[in-house]
Amino acid sequence: MNEEVTASSWAIEAWGLTKSFGDRYALRGIDLKVSRGEHLVIFGPNGVGKTTLVKILSTLVKPSAGSVRLDGIDIRDKPAQSRRKIGLVSHQTFLYDDLTIYENLKFYGKMYDVPDLEPKIREVVSWVQLESRLYDRVGTLSRGLQQRASIARAVLHNPSILLLDEPEVGLDPHAITVIRDALGSINTGSRTVVMTTHNLERGLELGDSVIILDRGKIVYQASKHEVDTLNFKQIYDQCTGIGK
Amino acid sequence: MNKVFTKILAIFWKDILAEFRTKEIVTSVLVFALLVLVIFSFAFGTRADAMELVAPGILWTALTFGGVLGFNRVFIMEKENSRLEGLMLCPVDRAVIYWGKLAGSFTFILAVAVVITPIFLVLLNLPLFLPRLALIIVLATLGFAAVGTLFSAVAINTRARDIMLPILFLPIAVPVIVAAVKATALVIAGRPWGDMLVWLQIIIVFDIIYLVIATLVFEFVVEE
Repeated sequence: MNEEVTASSWAIEAWGLTKSFGDRYALRGIDLKVSRGEHLVIFGPNGVGKTTLVKILSTLVKPSAGSVRLDGIDIRDKPAQSRRKIGLVSHQTFLYDDLTIYENLKFYGKMYDVPDLEPKIREVVSWVQLESRLYDRVGTLSRGLQQRASIARAVLHNPSILLLDEPEVGLDPHAITVIRDALGSINTGSRTVVMTTHNLERGLELGDSVIILDRGKIVYQASKHEVDTLNFKQIYDQCTGIGK
Repeated sequence: MNKVFTKILAIFWKDILAEFRTKEIVTSVLVFALLVLVIFSFAFGTRADAMELVAPGILWTALTFGGVLGFNRVFIMEKENSRLEGLMLCPVDRAVIYWGKLAGSFTFILAVAVVITPIFLVLLNLPLFLPRLALIIVLATLGFAAVGTLFSAVAINTRARDIMLPILFLPIAVPVIVAAVKATALVIAGRPWGDMLVWLQIIIVFDIIYLVIATLVFEFVVEE
């Protein structure tokens, strides 16, 4: 593949990503390319390296080997500039319980130099339908409402890349539906989305392309058109060794 | 530069707001410091000759150990709910996070000092208006807040963080505490500025050295 030609045309490029914790390898030479506006879904059982991969892409964890470019920018060379392009939603909200949703968003807005912060806060809060709870302390909200506030936090600075690390973990079915709607409303335009999930049905519904990780390696990769959705559960089980 | 200051201020204000609602740090430090003052003042009595010897030690024991209690809490609020990761995701230099947290810890300890120092002066029959003592407290508190904030970030990732912080912090903070005790003793004895200048210089040099070191190494402390 011609790297020079494609260098700036991809939202995410990763080469040979390896991460080890002592003698245990979480990732083993991951190569990944995600085009702008693409929705990539990463499947895999617990402990195969999904969260580690997301943490490396979000600059929270440094890889032991390999490199990452976001919109053509190497995250090691310009970490602050790279972080501006990223919004991360994980099962942790990163919100302060003793502050209201408004105060949390105002704080993060200042940290990201968001221009016209007040109207922007109103806009993102309306996307996740939290207008009526804007001045409630985060600690008083249910887990589902907190997660919606977390989504508002993640998109406040209008990131071009949205990383979703199992955002539905620990939520009841109703909350999951509301979160899906909220994610649907913010995924407009050319935002690139990378999502990790255990939920095969939901992942296939959202993804333009899917990969399956197993023991730190990509063991399956396909675009939405190539995926055999009817037999995907079997493919997943085979790839991850489940049921053997 | 203006943007950097805005972000430091944002972290500082966020901590102040959270503390204003929970009162976790100031209350625990204040109660501890007051207890130390009261117990020591009863133990040593109010004889002028004894007071001149032990009073500076009492004040700085209260502030230092109270400070350790406070520093233990500084990064706990960031550890819960992985908020430190939220901060680390922000497009800012890690030193900005350090200075924001330092501003908070410095203010909390200083607020405690503002309350306990007059009580200390009254309990020990000392004059209430001692501007030189105020200067020593501000400078020394800045020094040990600089070290305490850094080691609070180090200790937060250890299992026995409550024990780890004083073990790491106290040996490093000894020079500034000793200098503060010596300078305070000279103020209480009514000695002129010139006599305490050397101790003030030690405190200022300590402040500068540890502010610079902590700013430079904080990135390595919080980065995975």
